[in-house]
Amino acid sequence: MARIAQALLKRLGGMAIVLALVVTVVFIIVRVTPGDPAAVMLGSDATPADIAQLREKMGLDAPLLLQYGQFVLGILQGDLGQSIFLNQPVTTALAARAEPTFFLTLFSILIAVGIALPVGILSAVKRGTIFDQIVVTLTMVAASVPSFWLGLILIQVFAVGQGWFPASGYGGPETPFFERLHHLVLPAVALGVVNSALITRFTRAAMLDVLGDDYVRTARAKGAGEGRVILKHALKNAMIPIITVIGLSVAMLVAGAVVTETVFGLPGVGNLVVSAVLRRDYPVIQGALLVVAAIYVLINFIVDMLYILVDPRVRL
Amino acid sequence: MTDITTTKRPVLAVENLTTSFKTEGGWKAVIRNISLHVDAGETVAIVGESGSGKSVTALSTMRLLPAGRARTEGRILLDGKDLLAASEAEMRKVRGGSIGMIFQEPMTSLNPVFTIGNQIAEALVLHRGLSWSEAETETVRLMERVRIPAAKARLHEYPHKFSGGMRQRVMIAMALACRPKLLIADEPTTALDVTIQAEILHLLRELQREENMGVLFITHDMGVVAEIADRTVVMFRGDMIETGKTDEIFATPKAIYTKSLLASIPRLGTMGAAAAPKRFPEVDASTGIAVDGREMNPVALSVEPILKVDNLAVRFDLPNGRVHAVEDVSFDLRPGETLSLVGESGCGKSTTGRAIIRLLNPSAGSIVIGGQDVTKAGTRELRTMRRTSQMIFQDPFASLNPRITVGSAIAEPILAHGLMGRKDAKARVSELLEQVGLSAAMADRHPHEFSGGQRQRISIARALALDPKFIVADEAVSALDVSVKAQVSNLLLDLQEKRGLAYLFISHDMAVVERMSHRVAVMFLGEIVEIGPRVAIFDNPQHAYTQRLISAVPIPDPSRRGQTPAPLSEEIKSPVRPFDYVVPKRTYREVSPGHFVQDAH
Repeated sequence: MARIAQALLKRLGGMAIVLALVVTVVFIIVRVTPGDPAAVMLGSDATPADIAQLREKMGLDAPLLLQYGQFVLGILQGDLGQSIFLNQPVTTALAARAEPTFFLTLFSILIAVGIALPVGILSAVKRGTIFDQIVVTLTMVAASVPSFWLGLILIQVFAVGQGWFPASGYGGPETPFFERLHHLVLPAVALGVVNSALITRFTRAAMLDVLGDDYVRTARAKGAGEGRVILKHALKNAMIPIITVIGLSVAMLVAGAVVTETVFGLPGVGNLVVSAVLRRDYPVIQGALLVVAAIYVLINFIVDMLYILVDPRVRL
Repeated sequence: MTDITTTKRPVLAVENLTTSFKTEGGWKAVIRNISLHVDAGETVAIVGESGSGKSVTALSTMRLLPAGRARTEGRILLDGKDLLAASEAEMRKVRGGSIGMIFQEPMTSLNPVFTIGNQIAEALVLHRGLSWSEAETETVRLMERVRIPAAKARLHEYPHKFSGGMRQRVMIAMALACRPKLLIADEPTTALDVTIQAEILHLLRELQREENMGVLFITHDMGVVAEIADRTVVMFRGDMIETGKTDEIFATPKAIYTKSLLASIPRLGTMGAAAAPKRFPEVDASTGIAVDGREMNPVALSVEPILKVDNLAVRFDLPNGRVHAVEDVSFDLRPGETLSLVGESGCGKSTTGRAIIRLLNPSAGSIVIGGQDVTKAGTRELRTMRRTSQMIFQDPFASLNPRITVGSAIAEPILAHGLMGRKDAKARVSELLEQVGLSAAMADRHPHEFSGGQRQRISIARALALDPKFIVADEAVSALDVSVKAQVSNLLLDLQEKRGLAYLFISHDMAVVERMSHRVAVMFLGEIVEIGPRVAIFDNPQHAYTQRLISAVPIPDPSRRGQTPAPLSEEIKSPVRPFDYVVPKRTYREVSPGHFVQDAH
């Protein structure tokens, strides 16, 4: 346990450093983007007085270092600034849209892992059989399909055709919770299936790798049944690459929310980013960038901690 | 060939066992008509070189070969019950229940992500229906039985915290957990150091006596066979060549193959009056008759050394301390001379070799090659240095790039140093291949087309390409089968004589070292504890560790069984020290001219 606590502290320290870098980079990106944000936001017919007023409101007229200081101070107090167009704090705007993004990511990854682990393991165990060949082919096809395309097909068949699921949208806070989740089924299936392809291939490869190892032979020589050999002795050893690719998939899902939420008309964080970009709502872009980056860092942290739990040899 | 008859019912009787593997051209038999039996309390050895089918015999008996890709015919009777007719569920009860098995590689045979305790207890839970907590108590008892110190405390540790010898003890505890009637041991000590090997053999013998268990012992090492086996089965390319009482097989081998196998084993104490190295006996494979090799040239002590190593140290920092891998090592090496570095894994012998070739950076001391100090040599000087000093590695399978023809591999150093044009280099490659006993036409082939011995010859040709003055041979013949080992060692001796090469011969194999060396240095925990002429070290070892090392070597003579002293059950200490550790100054006394022994401390 001491080993885990020590690793936890070390990783937390590393995480703090990365987050500090992220904050700085985000701050710089917005500052070095060509053009004056205030002028860009107000459009071509703005008067210099309007621009000056907005600059002052956004704090763009202060010295850079001061701006940076205020930016960091704000973040530490949980303040990401004020959206120009939504007339609400960026944090409020993000929080209001977090739910669909969160559940969509969660369901997608659950579906992806739910398909990938059993199929990948079975495919490795039955290596070279027809089943294995079908899996290898299907995963190649699925990995090449863009998720939004699969999403459109699903909408066409199950929403427009059968009418089982809504075609788009999410419903406001007044809609019942399960009704809202009902909207997520088709997009989650589309994302889950596409993401399962990569995870399946990794699972298959990792399992094939360990099934040839000496300790698997030892387990069989001990009299362990095949189920035990595969699910206990082999799978835990294969988990490191599998965890890595699951972590990557989650990160890609979060970043890919921009596309998915647009296709399915979901009012999530991705959708917020798209509209903020279109309207040059810099504080929102900045805030969303920060949140997404923070989620990335968090996923990496979780993956690292899982490594330590799975493999006692992982160096701290 | 048939098994010798027996009156009582044996624990295991294998009758006409034939195992075939599926290949592209159909089923191919890899072992044919094997018949043998093992009685209770008896040890039967299967001995043979790589590819003889001895491991396939063991795996067939346990039915551990992949179904669909392997087919087994014949009968395997365990207590009279045919295992080949048993269901998979019955087999699971047999595996780990009535038959325990241990394998060659203790480093990879344990599951790295489960604790030792969990892995031993699993067998108890599976076969004896114990609960996990009952199994844990029993596991501690088993660990104590195989003499794992502080068993209770180590129960929850993972395999990577255990040394090779300790892991093999864990494997034994696991295999014996359910008191099997038969233990199959597949090269259980091959990967271990000689002193650890002696301990494990000792332990196995004791446990066998207590349990009256039959043991089927698979090995390539005739010394181990002589030490432990009541009866022996000799295998060659899938066939049983000879079987009988071990004493009789050693005294009057009938098959020619057995005769040549026995004749090619490197044995300690066969040097006669020779002071210089001696070629291994040449064995005529068609008659099995051996003619002892001739003695090589001695090297005068007055010759100016080609290599001088002074107070060499190599240290690595770990989070929890500093590894003193090599500490205060000094020696020199003359042209035409072989100095062997011997010792057990982790003693620093390979690290010393690598530091001299500058594959590692020394932490202190100096290395002078041909009058030039290369301790701090930069990239350019190292390039020049590589022309005088080369290295041959242990693993002939891993040290050649599989995608490059052997001709290009040998020519590469010549071209890289710009010594010749492509055309001349090609001619040189042909010449080198012939010098190492291969044919010039083989230059266009890829490494996978060669056997282990041939690959090691290729590695030697590559090392010779730049016409070096001295070669570091790191376990260069250790991975080879006995007959091939003798041939490659002889090749090294011939090349030395012809070219005046100096060898730093790193090896754990004392019998080979005795044949190959002019002088020997014994390393222990990073330090040289004894150095001197070969005769002095082998005939008059002074340091306790040298004595222990020599006495642990199994003697391939069943009549001298049990003469190896009972081993000390102690782990080799670790060379990891705290950061503030001050290296003590060691002193040496000179026993006879050139024979130095570290004083006790």
